[in-house]
Amino acid sequence: MATMIQIERALDALGDPTRRAVFKRLRKGNRSVQEIADGMEVSRPAVSQHLKVLKQARLVLVRVEGTRRLYGVDPRGFEALRDWLDGFWDETLMAFKHEAEREAAKEGR
Amino acid sequence: MTDQSMPDPNSVKKVVSVQAAPEIAWRIFTEKMGAWWPLTTYKIGKANAVDAVLEPHVGGRWYERGDDGSTCDWGRVLLWDPPSRLVLTWDISADWQPDPALNTEIEVRFIAEGKTATRVEFEHRRLDRYGARRDEMRRVYDTEGDWGRLLASFARLAEGS
Repeated sequence: MATMIQIERALDALGDPTRRAVFKRLRKGNRSVQEIADGMEVSRPAVSQHLKVLKQARLVLVRVEGTRRLYGVDPRGFEALRDWLDGFWDETLMAFKHEAEREAAKEGR
Repeated sequence: MTDQSMPDPNSVKKVVSVQAAPEIAWRIFTEKMGAWWPLTTYKIGKANAVDAVLEPHVGGRWYERGDDGSTCDWGRVLLWDPPSRLVLTWDISADWQPDPALNTEIEVRFIAEGKTATRVEFEHRRLDRYGARRDEMRRVYDTEGDWGRLLASFARLAEGS
């Protein structure tokens, strides 16, 4: 289990709205700095700076693929935070509930 | 969604009400798992997980599929009784690695509440299979109580921004 210091660091890192937006962009998969910055009102260097803070909080990690550096969610930090926020099955079952209800609404039943 | 009866140290129970008919709830749970399972973080393999698959028969595999085509087993189907009852093994170790010999069990019951709602009763049991790490794993699988609820509202805020 994660230490309280790690969790506080993660919460602090996500306290900044721009950093949350950067982090959210990684939840669908790995992205380069340019891909993260595209469509945001933030410069590339600013995105890099935010990624550095998220990395220190163990929320983000870097993968090198050839000449590209791709940023993605670090499962360790994110899981620690999530486990602390919510139980594993609460989280998973809520996600199921929302999907089933979305489908039921679509089918009109 | 926490069960109110005396807590069993070897089991985590959850109940969730779903505004959908049992047939839909069953179908989404079993056939469309990849659409709702939090694959970004709740995954075991090294690759990015792109799907979660449950083979629709007793003895079927339960696994994640990675973006590189690899698969990683989570467990297998012990009982398949659509649209009302499902029993699976959950063979993920305390270090989040596949362990086919672990054999913790998950049972999911889909109980009709009228025509358009389903009460889903979920149990993860045989946590004694985690040995000395049982209590630690039970905490991970279950909620952290009031702190969890309070902070969940923070998480929603964070997600919504």
